[in-house]
Amino acid sequence: MSESKPRLIREDGLRVDGRKPEDLRPIRMEIEVLKNANGSALVEYGGTKVIAAVYGPREATPKAVQLPDRAVLRVRYHMAPFSTSEHKSPAPTRREIELSKVIREALEAVVFTDQFPRASIDVFIEVLQADGGTRTAGLTAASLALADAGIPMRDLVAGVAVGKVDGVIVLDINELEDEFGEADMPLGYAAGVGEIVLLQLNGVLTPEEFKKAVELGRRGAERIYAQMKETLHKKYLAILES
Amino acid sequence: MKLKLYVADRQIVRPGDTLAVIEEDGNQGFKRIPEKHIYLVDNNICSDVFGVASVSENDISVIPFNSVYYPRKEDVVIGIIEGIGVTSWEVDIRSPYKAYLNASDAIENFNPLYHDLKSYLDIGEMVLAKIVAFDRTRDPLLTIKGKGLGKIIEGIIIEVKPSRIPRIIGKKGSMFNLLTSKTNCEMTVAQNGFVWAKCPDEYRGEVLTQAIKLIDEKPHVRGLTEEIKQFLEKKLGG
Repeated sequence: MSESKPRLIREDGLRVDGRKPEDLRPIRMEIEVLKNANGSALVEYGGTKVIAAVYGPREATPKAVQLPDRAVLRVRYHMAPFSTSEHKSPAPTRREIELSKVIREALEAVVFTDQFPRASIDVFIEVLQADGGTRTAGLTAASLALADAGIPMRDLVAGVAVGKVDGVIVLDINELEDEFGEADMPLGYAAGVGEIVLLQLNGVLTPEEFKKAVELGRRGAERIYAQMKETLHKKYLAILES
Repeated sequence: MKLKLYVADRQIVRPGDTLAVIEEDGNQGFKRIPEKHIYLVDNNICSDVFGVASVSENDISVIPFNSVYYPRKEDVVIGIIEGIGVTSWEVDIRSPYKAYLNASDAIENFNPLYHDLKSYLDIGEMVLAKIVAFDRTRDPLLTIKGKGLGKIIEGIIIEVKPSRIPRIIGKKGSMFNLLTSKTNCEMTVAQNGFVWAKCPDEYRGEVLTQAIKLIDEKPHVRGLTEEIKQFLEKKLGG
């Protein structure tokens, strides 16, 4: 692997795609992209493109999944077969099942599920194009879609991945940096309440690097969080002014 | 309770936005007020939903842009018959919970041996009903006993988002009065996002539908009542 490993930090200190270590990729967000869903959002982090749809609160079926004191939150993270350069089997993989779980737990931390006992809130996250950071883009999209659906929640959640490439801690890593970097740390941050709701780490970081990475991730997530709020605000401002 | 406001009336707010701070000694801790769509944390009043703030003297709440209908006791709703049991109907009231209408409520001296529920209310038919009981542990129970309640056999049904209902009624019924007086339609507003109208002719029904759809699309515009008034006058004349 080391022989074919490309250089991830250029001589001028910039990354492969010309970003500085603390730069995000260009981010685009849009809500209300699907008509049939109660809420939906499309989020792009550079080449990563994710769509999220929220249905509910609705009657939870089958009845066995109903919870007597709160709504059940069901999250399905899925990568479209055409999202990667090589065809991906549409069947859910181990990885997708795990990511569905961690995203669900991140959202459960902010959604007031106790308001709808016995109901279900279903979140579908579909990765249309994968270029690193799909789970964090998915988390951002899901959070926007939940807000769009009018589901009561404590705060919005912004997702961003921090990584270590060629010994440098960098923000919002892409596919190449994920594949050949030393560490990948996705982070979900509810910036309004200041809580980290998702944190995973793949690779090795020293305690100092870890602290630096968390701090960098939080600052990046705050920028994404501000853009999320802006996206929501703009949507209805357009209607108000029409 | 003294409030220091951060938002103006009719301002767009998002989940987590701080609306106001309570300027008082003593920490309120964490508290939620679901019907107002706000929560309190350390004397900060925050929104829990994406909508517009409604600020009045010493009171603050958020009206969501989108929401599902959450049943409440005493609400008048329009339901669609979805299933027929031996002693009750299953009714879809566009909420996360299925509603039930007991046969004994609709049929006098009901006996499942003699009465066939299908001949009274069939699947797909609509009823105007009132919720008599609902809580967190029980599905809503409906009644059609009462003035004006019962099976809907004439008129038009207009579907809107449930969160638009307060706007269709308006402050002290202003919008409702405007719509009914200008179009001469008889109108019933159901809390779960349905409007039932009986109009003198088809054209007036169409105009009313358009007016209501207009409210559905942009409910938070200032001076909407005036806009609707102009729209109705243009279509129907003076």
